[in-house]
Amino acid sequence: MKLIINGKDVETDEAHTVTELLKEQKVKWPDMVSVELNGTILKRETFASTGLNEGDKVEFLYFMGGGRESD
Amino acid sequence: MSLTEQQIERYSRQIILKEVGGPGQEKLLASKVLIVGAGGLGSPAALYLAAAGVGTLGIIDYDNVDLTNLQRQVIHNTSDVGREKVASAAEKIKAINPDVTVQTYRERAAAANIREIIKKHDFVLDGTDNFPSKFLINDVCYFEKVPFSHAGILRFDGQMITVLPGQTACYRCVFDKPPPAGLVPSCSQAGVLGPLAGVIGCLQATEVLKYLLGVGELLTDRLLIFDGLGLQFREVKVTRNPDCRLCGQEPSITELADEEQAACDLKASQ
Ligand SMILES: [Zn+2]
Repeated sequence: MKLIINGKDVETDEAHTVTELLKEQKVKWPDMVSVELNGTILKRETFASTGLNEGDKVEFLYFMGGGRESD
Repeated sequence: MSLTEQQIERYSRQIILKEVGGPGQEKLLASKVLIVGAGGLGSPAALYLAAAGVGTLGIIDYDNVDLTNLQRQVIHNTSDVGREKVASAAEKIKAINPDVTVQTYRERAAAANIREIIKKHDFVLDGTDNFPSKFLINDVCYFEKVPFSHAGILRFDGQMITVLPGQTACYRCVFDKPPPAGLVPSCSQAGVLGPLAGVIGCLQATEVLKYLLGVGELLTDRLLIFDGLGLQFREVKVTRNPDCRLCGQEPSITELADEEQAACDLKASQ
């Protein structure tokens, strides 16, 4: 199935749900990622039950800190 | 307030812009902007906002300047190592532009103190490096309806979004709550290329000036993602999330609280 993940065309193998996609795409810390599907931010509890369709636009959004810092 | 001859000359290169002009410059001089964190993002932002003549700059930072800061926190000099960051930053700002009134807060941003500080300002620039602070700024700004610029940087990447509380998507609309302690690497663990702070901090300063002047299109309802290695900007549309626990339809956050953070994470991100 062809998806657009973070702006890039990606051909997926087996993934039919968001949870499976996170696994297939080897997202390191799935608990740390916000997922937007076709413009809507998904609730984490629905990752496993949310199905994917050909051409879906998926965004994996990562936490990013930075800025002020001291050790 | 009317501009002096000196001010007209000092700010001439932006007064000449039709989007600024004399009235715009007067607006900037009458504005109050709070910079939370005098670090990687706060440094370039403070320098440019001072140079542009934002009349009052508030700076919150609890820390002292450390040698490891100098690689990217360009408001501090080698001779400042060991000094309070707020004192070091205030000195540079005054040196660049004596028109600017600097108010320093040598405090940690916490639920107990930050609300009173934020509500005195027209705009907040989030230059913090840790998630509890970022969520706290988001929440306070929502309750006080103060617009702010959120940003983060790590390694070669940066991202940012501008929030008009109650009108556009907030940080929690996208990122529900702080990540589990210790899971996200901080700059001290993962590193960051210095100019990344400059790129993103200057974009934040641009948003501040646009907001104060009421010109252009703010980075609202769009998360800007910058990839320094590929030198690419990407934008992800975001919308207000009806399930947002802060600004959604049935908010569960109705008063201010500090987000919990485990001790190990606290050490990494302070
Ligand atoms: Zn929200």
